[in-house]
Amino acid sequence: MIRLEKRPDPSRGWSLATPVVAVLATMLAGGLLFAALGKDPIVAIRTIFWEPLFGEFSFYYRPQLVVKGAPLVLIAIGLSLGFKAGIWNIGAEGQYIIGALTGAGVGLAFYPTESVFIFPLMVLAGALGGWAWAMIPAILKTRFGTNEILVSLMLVYVAEQLLASMSLGLLKNPEGFGFPGSRNLQQYDSAHNAELIAGSGLHWGAAAALIAVIFAYVLVNKHMTGFHIRLTGDAPRAARFAGVSPARLVLFCLGISGALAGLAGLFEVSGPAGVVSIDFNVGYGFTAIIVAFLGRLHPVGILLAGALMALTYIGGDIAQSNLGLPSAAIQVFQGMLLFFLLAFDVLTNFRIRLGASEVA
Amino acid sequence: MSDVLLSLKGLTKAYPGVVANDQVSFDIGVGEVHALLGENGAGKSTLVKMIYGLVKPDSGMMELNGRAFAPAEPRAARADGIAMVFQHFSLFDALNVAENIALGMENPPKMRDLASRIKSVSENYGLPLDPFRTVGDLSAGERQRVEIIRCLLQDPKLLIMDEPTSVLTPQEVEILFQTLRKLKAEGTSILYISHKLEEIRSLCDFATILRLGQNVGACVPRDTSARDMAEMMVGTALKTPERAGRELGPVALSIRGLSVPAPSAFGTALKDVTLTVHKGEILGIGGVAGNGQDELLSVLSGEVLCAPGEVLLHGDAIGQMNPTKRRKLGVLAAPEERLGHAAAPDMSLTENALLTGSVRQGLETRGMIHWSRAKEFAEAVIAGFDVRTPGPGNAARALSGGNLQKFVIGREVLQDPDVLVVNQPTWGVDAAAAAAIRQSLLDLAAKGAAVICISQDLDELMEISDNFAALNEGRLSAPRSTQGLSVDEIGLMMGGAHGMEVAHV
Repeated sequence: MIRLEKRPDPSRGWSLATPVVAVLATMLAGGLLFAALGKDPIVAIRTIFWEPLFGEFSFYYRPQLVVKGAPLVLIAIGLSLGFKAGIWNIGAEGQYIIGALTGAGVGLAFYPTESVFIFPLMVLAGALGGWAWAMIPAILKTRFGTNEILVSLMLVYVAEQLLASMSLGLLKNPEGFGFPGSRNLQQYDSAHNAELIAGSGLHWGAAAALIAVIFAYVLVNKHMTGFHIRLTGDAPRAARFAGVSPARLVLFCLGISGALAGLAGLFEVSGPAGVVSIDFNVGYGFTAIIVAFLGRLHPVGILLAGALMALTYIGGDIAQSNLGLPSAAIQVFQGMLLFFLLAFDVLTNFRIRLGASEVA
Repeated sequence: MSDVLLSLKGLTKAYPGVVANDQVSFDIGVGEVHALLGENGAGKSTLVKMIYGLVKPDSGMMELNGRAFAPAEPRAARADGIAMVFQHFSLFDALNVAENIALGMENPPKMRDLASRIKSVSENYGLPLDPFRTVGDLSAGERQRVEIIRCLLQDPKLLIMDEPTSVLTPQEVEILFQTLRKLKAEGTSILYISHKLEEIRSLCDFATILRLGQNVGACVPRDTSARDMAEMMVGTALKTPERAGRELGPVALSIRGLSVPAPSAFGTALKDVTLTVHKGEILGIGGVAGNGQDELLSVLSGEVLCAPGEVLLHGDAIGQMNPTKRRKLGVLAAPEERLGHAAAPDMSLTENALLTGSVRQGLETRGMIHWSRAKEFAEAVIAGFDVRTPGPGNAARALSGGNLQKFVIGREVLQDPDVLVVNQPTWGVDAAAAAAIRQSLLDLAAKGAAVICISQDLDELMEISDNFAALNEGRLSAPRSTQGLSVDEIGLMMGGAHGMEVAHV
């Protein structure tokens, strides 16, 4: 009989090893899945993990990794702060959309004026938009005790409707021959989030993601606010005893994660995407939840997890086009990653005992 | 008492890093009340769990009525006539008495039959209990009756009781003892675990003493003094807290007409509480658990706010201040619940030192934490209060209850408070450590701090406090000097037998 025994101290070794073990287990189980679909598992795994980095066309894929990874990391960093405290912002996707709308809206309002102040203003507006959207569940929670998971999630669908309405109405390109979607910000220099180094994929969003990683690391490890966040997650009563105000913490965590998601949306719409369109959002806000947990809610872990997630996205795309793998198989593959991570994570706090039953 | 019911022979159980029981052997006779004594971590719980089938011994054997006895699980132990009343009740507040009892049975009879059996058994043993009352409305003493009756319905040959009197008033203890004596007269054996040596002297026929997992001796409690027993448990001579003659200074903290609604459905509302504590005074607050102790501490620590003027520190209103501001002013607290309230289980001792020490110990500047200073503070607490742990990097949950309690109290005492509020400062702590904690509270008062000590251990309160008041259903009695206060008077202040019917045995 197999049973789990709680460790007196969390295992540091397992805490570091679980992401690696989870990736290996995903490769194994994913390989079996691909084999069952009649593909060579080794080629498939190699295509997903190797091809984007070192393959023939890696000069094209590598910048893509940064473009895909940056918003994931930026959003996940914000989410991880709340998750540590047991405050569940599931609606980053909505905050991402609103950030893109407010940011792009400010930029388009100045069109065609050229000024160096326009882009910083857009950044500010994007962050404020995401923050404001996250304040809705935050205030409802602190005032009326509503569940932030439900409210933030439902606001994603409201944001999607707003996005559709904006791209068909207020923000529609007047010179767009009636097609839905805004002017292309890539063609408006003052508002364009261009690559900082040509061909590298590094735009301001990537820089912001790196800054966020450092900021979060300092906050969590060196600052009382971070300490209070961790304390609230571990023992809410002890946090109150320590003098933490739960309501202020909810406002802070949801606010930060909303602002960072809004920033990610702004950098995306003014850079890689270029236009506000109905299908602007592609699920970064949801995938960032996986990234946050894959990175064990640790800033550096999230940076690595964001890179890994971007890799499976791009590798998955290559595998679809080169090997003809169905997209569902790639999604299952990505799902396995989270599943194995959570499964192996149990070993951080528990050890497995084989044999006779016993309660300690 | 000549026949042996249960015989333990060389029971050994080791956990990683510690031998909980090492070659423990003793016999429990038929109809004997057998006390099991020992400090925290002496291995009492492990031993009892082996008898009850929760833990399997590594080696050694047990014999029940002369036959080998090795229960694989509690169900098997129950089938052989072993019953246990745990220290912490496992009852559902929202269900009634009969439903709670039915939940623990293999094949519960019809509710009506069960109710009548509960009634007859409870009256038979002098523990009247209405089977249809909701458990959430019962006092701690009545809840314990539910647990005892649950055991008695199985007709046990051996009843194991773990710290049964910690939640009872003196009058309730007397009712319980009458029941236990009746059980004993009927031939039921009782294995009785308690820290309260005077109780053991009045109730038990025989005592086995464990220290560090080994059986270090036995005695007949009636013929042994409490002090001798305590010294056998600890293995060294015991220090009694010294109480220097104290002069009370001016009023440090006062509460005036404080009323606070119950924080939850099964919490207690505070009703018109008034108290004053002077510099250099220890005010003892007694009362049965669940009569507003937690709530009173929360109001003083700042976790629950009240009207500004209801709590005064040196005459200034602090009722609206949060815990951080109060700490700055010197009002510190140590709550009863160690894991989850006073300390965060998964955090290290350094982090737990920072939890309340950040303000007064200068462990932060403008929010940035000085980890090295926090570590030094944690090390100071560990050294000053003899906390046994490999180091400040260990998680709080890895410490034994007694050691964590020493850490929690030490953390506040070392911050040099003006007013310190503690709830159950020595709960579950062994005799030597309890004496050290009490001494530290006395020293603090001698230095001029005001101490409010909330406790259910009356002996403790009599030993250290200058004045005594009791909480009963959220009301605080008028304080009285502890000099010349009798146990009966205390019992009445605590609300007598708490509305429970007196036994008719």
